[in-house]
Amino acid sequence: MTLAEQVKAKFFNSVTEAYTDKGDEVVRVKRESIKALLSSLKKDPDFDFDLLMDVFAVDYLHWEEKEIRFEVNYNLFSLKKNHRLFIKCGVPELDAQIDSAVSVWPAADWYEREVWDMMGIVFNGHPNLKRILMYESFQGHPLRKDYPYNRRQPIIGPVN
Amino acid sequence: MGEVVQEAGVGIPKVEKFNFMTTTLNDAIGWARKFSIFQYPFVTACCGMEYMSTACAHYDVDRFGAGFPRFSPRQSDVLFVVGTISHKMAPVLKTIFDQMCEPKWVVAFGVCTCTGGFYDNYSTVMGIDTIIPVDVYIPGCPPRPENVLDGLMKLQAKIQKQKQEV
Ligand code: SF4
Repeated sequence: MTLAEQVKAKFFNSVTEAYTDKGDEVVRVKRESIKALLSSLKKDPDFDFDLLMDVFAVDYLHWEEKEIRFEVNYNLFSLKKNHRLFIKCGVPELDAQIDSAVSVWPAADWYEREVWDMMGIVFNGHPNLKRILMYESFQGHPLRKDYPYNRRQPIIGPVN
Repeated sequence: MGEVVQEAGVGIPKVEKFNFMTTTLNDAIGWARKFSIFQYPFVTACCGMEYMSTACAHYDVDRFGAGFPRFSPRQSDVLFVVGTISHKMAPVLKTIFDQMCEPKWVVAFGVCTCTGGFYDNYSTVMGIDTIIPVDVYIPGCPPRPENVLDGLMKLQAKIQKQKQEV
Protein backbone atom coordinates (compact mmCIF):
# COMPACT_ATOMS: atom_id res chain seq x y z
CA MET A 1 0.00 0.00 0.00
CA THR A 2 1.42 3.38 -0.93
CA LEU A 3 1.76 6.16 1.59
CA ALA A 4 -1.17 8.07 0.10
CA GLU A 5 -3.38 4.99 0.39
CA GLN A 6 -2.33 4.47 3.99
CA VAL A 7 -3.29 8.05 4.78
CA LYS A 8 -6.63 7.54 3.06
CA ALA A 9 -7.29 4.30 4.93
CA LYS A 10 -6.57 5.92 8.26
CA PHE A 11 -8.34 9.24 7.70
CA PHE A 12 -11.14 8.09 5.40
CA ASN A 13 -13.49 10.76 6.72
CA SER A 14 -11.47 13.65 5.45
CA VAL A 15 -9.49 12.27 2.50
CA THR A 16 -11.49 12.00 -0.70
CA GLU A 17 -8.88 10.66 -3.09
CA ALA A 18 -5.37 9.17 -2.97
CA TYR A 19 -3.13 8.63 -5.96
CA THR A 20 0.45 8.66 -7.17
CA ASP A 21 1.33 11.24 -9.80
CA LYS A 22 4.73 10.85 -11.50
CA GLY A 23 6.21 9.38 -8.36
CA ASP A 24 4.61 11.86 -5.95
CA GLU A 25 2.11 10.69 -3.36
CA VAL A 26 -0.95 12.93 -3.40
CA VAL A 27 -4.10 13.07 -1.32
CA ARG A 28 -7.11 15.28 -1.83
CA VAL A 29 -8.72 16.57 1.32
CA LYS A 30 -12.01 18.20 2.23
CA ARG A 31 -11.54 21.82 3.14
CA GLU A 32 -13.39 21.63 6.48
CA SER A 33 -11.07 18.96 7.86
CA ILE A 34 -7.73 20.28 6.62
CA LYS A 35 -6.45 21.53 9.95
CA ALA A 36 -7.44 18.43 11.91
CA LEU A 37 -5.82 16.25 9.26
CA LEU A 38 -2.59 18.23 9.21
CA SER A 39 -2.18 18.08 12.95
CA SER A 40 -2.97 14.34 13.02
CA LEU A 41 -0.43 13.71 10.28
CA LYS A 42 2.15 15.55 12.31
CA LYS A 43 1.43 13.67 15.54
CA ASP A 44 0.69 10.19 14.19
CA PRO A 45 3.75 7.96 14.74
CA ASP A 46 3.06 6.10 11.48
CA PHE A 47 3.46 9.23 9.41
CA ASP A 48 5.40 11.67 11.60
CA PHE A 49 5.41 14.64 9.23
CA ASP A 50 7.63 16.96 11.24
CA LEU A 51 8.61 19.29 8.40
CA LEU A 52 6.33 21.56 6.38
CA MET A 53 8.26 22.13 3.16
CA ASP A 54 5.89 24.44 1.33
CA VAL A 55 2.40 25.86 1.06
CA PHE A 56 1.29 27.25 -2.27
CA ALA A 57 -1.87 27.76 -4.29
CA VAL A 58 -2.82 27.24 -7.93
CA ASP A 59 -5.42 29.21 -9.86
CA TYR A 60 -7.30 26.96 -12.31
CA LEU A 61 -9.41 29.77 -13.77
CA HIS A 62 -9.12 28.66 -17.40
CA TRP A 63 -9.26 24.90 -16.81
CA GLU A 64 -12.66 23.70 -17.90
CA GLU A 65 -12.37 20.34 -16.17
CA LYS A 66 -11.86 22.04 -12.79
CA GLU A 67 -15.03 23.06 -10.97
CA ILE A 68 -13.26 24.66 -8.03
CA ARG A 69 -11.05 27.58 -8.95
CA PHE A 70 -8.23 27.51 -6.40
CA GLU A 71 -6.28 24.66 -4.97
CA VAL A 72 -4.08 25.03 -1.90
CA ASN A 73 -1.17 22.56 -1.84
CA TYR A 74 0.83 21.43 1.17
CA ASN A 75 4.15 19.64 0.79
CA LEU A 76 4.93 17.61 3.90
CA PHE A 77 8.10 15.74 4.67
CA SER A 78 9.15 13.44 7.47
CA LEU A 79 12.77 13.65 8.46
CA LYS A 80 12.53 10.51 10.58
CA LYS A 81 10.79 8.31 8.03
CA ASN A 82 12.10 10.04 4.89
CA HIS A 83 8.79 10.18 3.07
CA ARG A 84 6.92 12.96 1.42
CA LEU A 85 3.25 13.71 0.86
CA PHE A 86 1.39 16.33 -1.18
CA ILE A 87 -1.99 17.45 0.11
CA LYS A 88 -4.39 19.23 -2.20
CA CYS A 89 -7.43 21.10 -1.05
CA GLY A 90 -9.92 22.89 -3.29
CA VAL A 91 -10.97 26.44 -2.36
CA PRO A 92 -13.90 27.99 -4.24
CA GLU A 93 -13.62 31.49 -5.63
CA LEU A 94 -16.58 33.02 -3.82
CA ASP A 95 -15.52 31.70 -0.44
CA ALA A 96 -11.74 31.89 -0.69
CA GLN A 97 -10.74 30.87 2.80
CA ILE A 98 -9.17 27.92 4.56
CA ASP A 99 -7.93 27.17 8.07
CA SER A 100 -4.41 28.25 8.89
CA ALA A 101 -1.72 25.70 9.71
CA VAL A 102 0.43 28.09 11.75
CA SER A 103 -0.58 26.48 15.03
CA VAL A 104 0.60 23.10 13.68
CA TRP A 105 3.85 24.21 12.03
CA PRO A 106 5.04 27.78 12.74
CA ALA A 107 6.80 27.58 9.36
CA ALA A 108 3.42 28.02 7.68
CA ASP A 109 3.36 31.67 8.70
CA TRP A 110 5.22 33.25 5.78
CA TYR A 111 4.00 30.69 3.22
CA GLU A 112 0.42 31.53 4.05
CA ARG A 113 1.12 35.23 3.93
CA GLU A 114 2.60 34.74 0.47
CA VAL A 115 -0.47 32.81 -0.70
CA TRP A 116 -2.71 35.54 0.68
CA ASP A 117 -0.63 38.25 -1.00
CA MET A 118 -0.38 36.61 -4.41
CA MET A 119 -3.68 34.70 -4.61
CA GLY A 120 -5.99 36.33 -2.11
CA ILE A 121 -6.88 33.23 -0.12
CA VAL A 122 -7.69 34.02 3.51
CA PHE A 123 -6.18 31.75 6.17
CA ASN A 124 -8.49 31.69 9.18
CA GLY A 125 -6.65 31.83 12.48
CA HIS A 126 -3.42 33.19 11.05
CA PRO A 127 -1.81 35.47 13.66
CA ASN A 128 -0.59 38.17 11.25
CA LEU A 129 -2.16 37.83 7.83
CA LYS A 130 -0.81 40.79 5.84
CA ARG A 131 1.04 41.19 2.58
CA ILE A 132 4.58 39.86 2.51
CA LEU A 133 5.88 40.66 -1.00
CA MET A 134 3.78 43.55 -2.28
CA TYR A 135 3.31 46.89 -0.53
CA GLU A 136 0.24 47.60 1.55
CA SER A 137 -1.17 50.10 -0.96
CA PHE A 138 -1.27 47.44 -3.69
CA GLN A 139 -4.77 46.60 -4.89
CA GLY A 140 -5.69 43.06 -5.83
CA HIS A 141 -3.68 39.86 -5.95
CA PRO A 142 -1.24 39.76 -8.85
CA LEU A 143 -0.90 36.02 -9.45
CA ARG A 144 -4.62 35.50 -9.95
CA LYS A 145 -5.17 34.69 -13.59
CA ASP A 146 -7.70 37.49 -13.96
CA TYR A 147 -5.24 40.16 -12.79
CA PRO A 148 -4.20 41.95 -16.03
CA TYR A 149 -0.52 41.16 -16.47
CA ASN A 150 0.38 44.74 -17.33
CA ARG A 151 -1.69 46.54 -14.72
CA ARG A 152 0.90 48.55 -12.81
CA GLN A 153 0.50 50.28 -9.48
CA PRO A 154 3.69 52.28 -8.91
CA ILE A 155 4.37 53.91 -5.56
CA ILE A 156 6.25 56.74 -7.26
CA GLY A 157 6.62 57.58 -10.93
CA PRO A 158 4.16 57.31 -13.82
CA VAL A 159 1.98 54.34 -14.75
CA ASN A 160 3.34 53.19 -18.11
CA MET B 1 60.05 79.00 -22.05
CA GLY B 2 58.78 76.26 -24.23
CA GLU B 3 55.74 75.39 -26.21
CA VAL B 4 52.85 73.42 -24.76
CA VAL B 5 51.04 71.02 -26.99
CA GLN B 6 47.34 70.67 -26.31
CA GLU B 7 45.26 68.04 -28.03
CA ALA B 8 42.54 69.67 -30.07
CA GLY B 9 39.07 69.48 -28.66
CA VAL B 10 39.71 66.90 -25.98
CA GLY B 11 40.93 69.25 -23.32
CA ILE B 12 43.66 66.97 -22.04
CA PRO B 13 46.80 69.00 -21.50
CA LYS B 14 49.92 67.29 -22.81
CA VAL B 15 53.23 68.10 -21.22
CA GLU B 16 56.16 67.35 -23.45
CA LYS B 17 59.53 67.70 -21.72
CA PHE B 18 58.49 70.94 -19.99
CA ASN B 19 57.37 71.20 -16.45
CA PHE B 20 54.41 73.47 -16.86
CA MET B 21 51.18 73.39 -18.79
CA THR B 22 48.22 75.56 -19.60
CA THR B 23 44.58 74.60 -19.57
CA THR B 24 41.28 76.11 -18.60
CA LEU B 25 39.85 75.66 -15.15
CA ASN B 26 36.84 73.94 -16.62
CA ASP B 27 38.95 71.36 -18.44
CA ALA B 28 41.20 70.76 -15.46
CA ILE B 29 38.26 70.12 -13.15
CA GLY B 30 36.64 67.86 -15.74
CA TRP B 31 39.88 65.92 -16.09
CA ALA B 32 40.12 65.49 -12.33
CA ARG B 33 36.50 64.47 -11.97
CA LYS B 34 36.42 61.93 -14.76
CA PHE B 35 39.37 60.01 -13.33
CA SER B 36 38.15 59.96 -9.74
CA ILE B 37 34.72 58.46 -10.06
CA PHE B 38 33.51 57.12 -6.74
CA GLN B 39 30.67 54.82 -7.61
CA TYR B 40 27.69 53.68 -5.63
CA PRO B 41 26.69 50.21 -6.88
CA PHE B 42 22.94 49.82 -6.43
CA VAL B 43 22.88 46.11 -7.17
CA THR B 44 19.51 44.36 -7.08
CA ALA B 45 19.66 41.43 -9.49
CA CYS B 46 21.59 39.22 -11.89
CA CYS B 47 23.44 42.09 -13.60
CA GLY B 48 25.40 42.33 -10.35
CA MET B 49 27.44 39.31 -11.42
CA GLU B 50 28.62 41.16 -14.49
CA TYR B 51 29.24 44.25 -12.42
CA MET B 52 31.51 42.20 -10.15
CA SER B 53 33.46 40.76 -13.03
CA THR B 54 33.93 44.24 -14.45
CA ALA B 55 35.03 45.65 -11.15
CA CYS B 56 37.45 42.88 -10.24
CA ALA B 57 40.92 42.10 -11.48
CA HIS B 58 40.04 40.58 -14.83
CA TYR B 59 38.63 43.74 -16.38
CA ASP B 60 39.84 46.07 -13.67
CA VAL B 61 37.66 49.13 -13.60
CA ASP B 62 40.39 50.81 -11.56
CA ARG B 63 42.20 51.59 -14.81
CA PHE B 64 39.52 54.21 -15.36
CA GLY B 65 39.78 55.67 -11.90
CA ALA B 66 36.46 54.14 -10.91
CA GLY B 67 37.71 51.29 -8.77
CA PHE B 68 36.53 52.55 -5.42
CA PRO B 69 32.92 51.69 -4.65
CA ARG B 70 31.53 53.70 -1.76
CA PHE B 71 28.64 52.19 0.10
CA SER B 72 27.36 55.55 1.18
CA PRO B 73 25.55 57.70 -1.36
CA ARG B 74 26.87 60.82 0.33
CA GLN B 75 30.42 59.97 -0.64
CA SER B 76 29.83 58.89 -4.22
CA ASP B 77 29.65 60.60 -7.60
CA VAL B 78 28.14 58.01 -9.91
CA LEU B 79 25.09 55.90 -9.13
CA PHE B 80 25.36 52.54 -10.91
CA VAL B 81 21.85 51.09 -11.00
CA VAL B 82 22.54 47.42 -11.62
CA GLY B 83 19.57 45.09 -11.99
CA THR B 84 15.79 45.03 -12.04
CA ILE B 85 14.05 47.79 -10.11
CA SER B 86 10.65 46.85 -8.75
CA HIS B 87 7.95 49.30 -7.82
CA LYS B 88 8.58 48.48 -4.19
CA MET B 89 12.26 49.39 -4.62
CA ALA B 90 11.63 52.60 -6.57
CA PRO B 91 11.23 54.93 -3.55
CA VAL B 92 14.50 53.57 -2.13
CA LEU B 93 16.34 54.30 -5.36
CA LYS B 94 14.92 57.81 -5.44
CA THR B 95 16.02 58.43 -1.84
CA ILE B 96 19.54 57.18 -2.60
CA PHE B 97 19.72 59.49 -5.61
CA ASP B 98 18.50 62.45 -3.56
CA GLN B 99 21.12 61.76 -0.88
CA MET B 100 24.02 62.02 -3.32
CA CYS B 101 25.90 65.33 -3.43
CA GLU B 102 26.32 67.33 -6.64
CA PRO B 103 27.92 66.76 -9.06
CA LYS B 104 26.35 63.36 -9.63
CA TRP B 105 25.72 61.08 -12.54
CA VAL B 106 23.59 57.99 -13.06
CA VAL B 107 24.40 54.92 -15.14
CA ALA B 108 21.61 52.49 -16.10
CA PHE B 109 23.28 49.10 -16.23
CA GLY B 110 21.39 46.39 -18.18
CA VAL B 111 18.13 46.50 -20.11
CA CYS B 112 16.05 46.11 -16.97
CA THR B 113 17.11 49.52 -15.78
CA CYS B 114 17.05 51.06 -19.29
CA THR B 115 13.53 50.04 -20.29
CA GLY B 116 12.26 47.31 -17.99
CA GLY B 117 13.72 44.73 -20.37
CA PHE B 118 11.65 41.65 -20.96
CA TYR B 119 9.60 42.29 -17.84
CA ASP B 120 6.13 43.55 -18.62
CA ASN B 121 4.31 42.83 -15.40
CA TYR B 122 2.85 44.17 -12.20
CA SER B 123 6.11 44.51 -10.33
CA THR B 124 8.79 46.05 -12.54
CA VAL B 125 9.55 49.72 -13.21
CA MET B 126 9.62 50.34 -16.96
CA GLY B 127 13.01 52.05 -17.00
CA ILE B 128 14.56 53.98 -14.13
CA ASP B 129 14.45 57.17 -16.20
CA THR B 130 10.79 57.36 -15.19
CA ILE B 131 12.06 58.07 -11.65
CA ILE B 132 15.53 59.65 -11.83
CA PRO B 133 17.58 61.27 -14.63
CA VAL B 134 20.02 58.91 -16.39
CA ASP B 135 23.29 59.90 -18.07
CA VAL B 136 24.48 56.69 -19.69
CA TYR B 137 22.45 53.64 -20.72
CA ILE B 138 24.31 50.34 -21.01
CA PRO B 139 22.07 47.81 -22.77
CA GLY B 140 22.51 44.06 -22.62
CA CYS B 141 21.07 41.30 -20.49
CA PRO B 142 23.51 41.38 -18.82
CA PRO B 143 25.97 43.66 -20.66
CA ARG B 144 29.42 42.22 -21.23
CA PRO B 145 32.24 43.84 -19.24
CA GLU B 146 33.62 45.38 -22.46
CA ASN B 147 30.24 46.98 -22.95
CA VAL B 148 30.28 48.32 -19.40
CA LEU B 149 33.74 49.78 -19.87
CA ASP B 150 32.55 51.38 -23.09
CA GLY B 151 29.70 52.95 -21.17
CA LEU B 152 32.10 54.13 -18.50
CA MET B 153 34.34 55.77 -21.11
CA LYS B 154 31.31 57.49 -22.61
CA LEU B 155 30.47 58.78 -19.15
CA GLN B 156 34.04 60.06 -18.77
CA ALA B 157 33.77 61.88 -22.09
CA LYS B 158 30.51 63.40 -20.94
CA ILE B 159 32.01 64.52 -17.62
CA GLN B 160 35.00 66.05 -19.42
CA LYS B 161 32.85 68.02 -21.83
CA GLN B 162 30.19 69.38 -19.52
CA LYS B 163 30.26 72.71 -17.75
CA GLN B 164 31.79 72.11 -14.33
CA GLU B 165 29.82 73.53 -11.45
CA VAL B 166 32.08 74.31 -8.54
S1 SF4 C 1 19.16 43.11 -17.63
FE1 SF4 C 1 19.12 40.85 -17.60
S2 SF4 C 1 20.90 40.29 -16.35
FE2 SF4 C 1 20.43 42.43 -15.92
S3 SF4 C 1 19.12 42.45 -14.14
FE3 SF4 C 1 17.80 42.45 -15.95
S4 SF4 C 1 17.36 40.30 -16.32
FE4 SF4 C 1 19.14 40.37 -14.98
